[in-house]
Amino acid sequence: MSTKKKIGIRVVVSVLIVVVVLYLLQKLLMPKYVTGIVEGAFVAEFYEEENKDFDVVFVGDCEVYENFSPITLWEEYGINSYIRGSAEQYIWQSYYLLEDTLRYSNPKVVVFNIQSLQFNESQSEAYNRMSLEGMEWSMTKVNAIKASMTEEENFLDYVFPILRYHSRWSELSFDDIKYMFNSPTVSYNGYFMRVDTRPVETVPEGMQLADYSFGDNAWKYLDMMRELCAEKGIQLVLVKAPSVYPTWYDEYEEQVEEYAAEYDLPYYNFLELTEEVGIDYSTDTYDAGLHMNINGAEKMASYFGKILAEEYGVEDRRGDEELDAIWKEQIAEYEAEIDRQCELYDVDKSTLYRYRESDN
Amino acid sequence: MDELLEILNELHPDVDFTTETGLIDNMILDSFDIVTLISEISENFDVTISAEYIIPENFNSAQALYALIEKLEDED
Amino acid sequence: MLLTSYGFIGFVLILAILYYVFPKKLQWMLLLLFSYLFYLSWNPLYLIFIAVTTVTIWGCGLLIDRNYETQSSYLKANKENLSKDEKKLYKSGMKKARGRWLLLGILINIGILAVVKYTQFVVGIFNGGKGLSFVTFIVPLGISFYTFQAVGYLIDVKRGTIKAEKNLFKFALFVSFFPQLIQGPISRFADLSETLLAEHAFDWKNISYGVERVMWGFFKKLIVADRVAPAVTTLVGDIQTYTGAYAFAAMILYTMQLYADFTGGIDITIGVAQIFGIRVTENFNRPYFSTSLKEYWRRWHITMCQWFREFVFYPVSTSKAIQGIAKFSRKHFGDNIGKKLPVYLSSFVVWFATGIWHNAGWNFIVWGLLNWFILMVSEELEPLYEKFHGKFKFSNTFGYKIFMGLRTFLLISALNLFDEFASVGDTLKEFASMFTAGNYHVLVDGSMLNLGLSALDYGILLGGVIIMLIVSIVQVRGSVRDQIAAKPYPVRFMIWFALFLVILLVGAYGIGYDSAQFIYNQF
Repeated sequence: MSTKKKIGIRVVVSVLIVVVVLYLLQKLLMPKYVTGIVEGAFVAEFYEEENKDFDVVFVGDCEVYENFSPITLWEEYGINSYIRGSAEQYIWQSYYLLEDTLRYSNPKVVVFNIQSLQFNESQSEAYNRMSLEGMEWSMTKVNAIKASMTEEENFLDYVFPILRYHSRWSELSFDDIKYMFNSPTVSYNGYFMRVDTRPVETVPEGMQLADYSFGDNAWKYLDMMRELCAEKGIQLVLVKAPSVYPTWYDEYEEQVEEYAAEYDLPYYNFLELTEEVGIDYSTDTYDAGLHMNINGAEKMASYFGKILAEEYGVEDRRGDEELDAIWKEQIAEYEAEIDRQCELYDVDKSTLYRYRESDN
Repeated sequence: MDELLEILNELHPDVDFTTETGLIDNMILDSFDIVTLISEISENFDVTISAEYIIPENFNSAQALYALIEKLEDED
Repeated sequence: MLLTSYGFIGFVLILAILYYVFPKKLQWMLLLLFSYLFYLSWNPLYLIFIAVTTVTIWGCGLLIDRNYETQSSYLKANKENLSKDEKKLYKSGMKKARGRWLLLGILINIGILAVVKYTQFVVGIFNGGKGLSFVTFIVPLGISFYTFQAVGYLIDVKRGTIKAEKNLFKFALFVSFFPQLIQGPISRFADLSETLLAEHAFDWKNISYGVERVMWGFFKKLIVADRVAPAVTTLVGDIQTYTGAYAFAAMILYTMQLYADFTGGIDITIGVAQIFGIRVTENFNRPYFSTSLKEYWRRWHITMCQWFREFVFYPVSTSKAIQGIAKFSRKHFGDNIGKKLPVYLSSFVVWFATGIWHNAGWNFIVWGLLNWFILMVSEELEPLYEKFHGKFKFSNTFGYKIFMGLRTFLLISALNLFDEFASVGDTLKEFASMFTAGNYHVLVDGSMLNLGLSALDYGILLGGVIIMLIVSIVQVRGSVRDQIAAKPYPVRFMIWFALFLVILLVGAYGIGYDSAQFIYNQF
């Protein structure tokens, strides 16, 4: 064998070993989000959907992914929807996740929850990670990362997550091996289910703020979202979920109402619609009013689905064989999860809104 | 030359300065020795070796050092 | 741009590609360009300082060189018609002129250094500790290093040991060469320029040796130095709480940090330079294998010590003033004192200067003078030691060497305390508390886990120190990299990849770790 050939083989074999080992290590070290903080898995799950022809897309933070049940939207109105939510999703992330979703879907309505207008810049690296890491690589993701990075972060850490999670070796568990390549879906079209209840007892009073006006950067991305929807012929709907905390200040409300009026956008503040929706804060939240449990989310979907169908003409897709089959499977999983959680949290299934209704 | 050897022997009685040619390279003389040596030379020969001449070539052997002294005496 | 940042790795990678792709005669220009870009990345204002130093020293060097040329051609032309005395007179006149150019260069550059680094301290002395409130001086990173390197060059030119560099830009590269810009080593022109300005063909040996050295530096810095840093910061940050055993822990941990950080940084420097085929002088020679403080100072920060020896210690000790004092003392106090006085007086000057070179402050002055004091006392006691060792035969045993090494290590660690605490008073108080507080149970009762390091962190540190020790022991037999290079390829590959993985996985970097700044750079 000639020296050149020998060196060539060396190089190829060495590089191969390095790449394979690093790839496996990266897979092993990245957080799995299957148990514990499942929210981290949501963004990536979207790409697993076989049929991405959604008519309604939600973007936003926990106030969307815990407060609307797409299952109910399908069951009651035949609305084919998906929630692209993630924990503390900042508005620039909502914008880029929308842009990302539009690569696959051509929705009629996009629903955005405006709570995140309160932030003018990313607050936490961990939340950035959970919103961005699951995205498929595209210019959209690049821009999303650039818009989100806090000062301590580095773009390279997103390209090679092993750099970010390198020290996780000391806290690896069996789950990290089990879910190294395949992990089960943890959301229901982006919806995060909880069946347990912790009623609202007191509503903490909001702190006085020095300045209530939303920042320029936040507004910029709302403008971009509005323009993107307009360009694609999508109806943008703004909502405020009925979460009693973090405080939704009157000053906030005024600014959103003004904006909605200026650009002729529909805006629903569910904090003011609790009676119409039928929200009961003693049964419909699992964490004292921050987020809805399954009761609240189904009530919200039931109420909002009607608006989507009637006001914005979102089609009833039931009868489409492919979708029927997909949703049938999804509903079965949804109900299995309800059973699992009822046992876990010791909840009497028959007290759930879903089953009370059918009893009636 | 004998005078120089005497000075050197007083500094390091255990070294044979007539034959050793690696006083610096073999780290027999350290910087303190060199300075002590220079002030002794200054006392006995009436030449002061200034810093620019403190290079290994001039201090590696008694021979070289003596040559330096002679050269400096000549320049004075 | 820190040497352990992604940015720096990318920077070196890009430069390396350009360096070997472009025609070889562009290589030094690329290095100059990238060195200035590197400095620019810290602060554009720094460039003004380094440019002033470069131009003034270069100019003075040229003038001295021209003086030498004029002198030799004049002497040649008038060989016949000048008497010996006339020649001598002419030469000494010319020498004086060269001395003036040297003085000018030194005054400007040491002046800049003094103003930016020492004004606040000196004003503080006369002003009850308060510096000037209406000005702040920017202290260009590494100014002490590049100023010394440039001044050393000028002295060498003046002494005639080297010829002055005619090309301003080549000289600018010598002053600003980026791997050594922040923390040395302080290179001599004769050593560095030979490979720095030469053309280099791509050579696998240089690349592999260089990368190995860089990785080893990363290992020291990221596994040991940056990991121990939070505990040191905690311990030093609250001297009311952390006394006694804690002060002892701070002393040991800081010595560990300083060693790993500084020698690791120099490993990166030398390794990066080697990737470009450039040989930078070694700055350390297993310093903690020393059995005395004197030996330690021959093995630690070698280039700085050499600078002070050649450019301060020798000139001062051979100066007319010191030799005059020596002669005077010989007459009045006897031969013995007169002989030693030049050494004692000039080392005093050197250690004072070494102290303030490290930083403007009483801590460093006291630190320097304590070093001086200990060195002089052990010098005086040496005959006594020799008698002692003559009587007892164990002094050549391995166990006794270990004892001496440990003693030296503790001595140096104790001296380092001055670098850790804010004032001389604090340092002495903390040092005293080690013997009086009697709280040594905290070392074993879990209290050490509240300093920002977990049990795992301590385990990693211990592992890191053991590996550093093993490497040092292996090094006694000769270059570790030569030994690696002698192994078959699969073994070499395993060593590289294992080292890389350890740095990647166990290194203290990224979110959650404050990538500690070089401890040794603003000096």
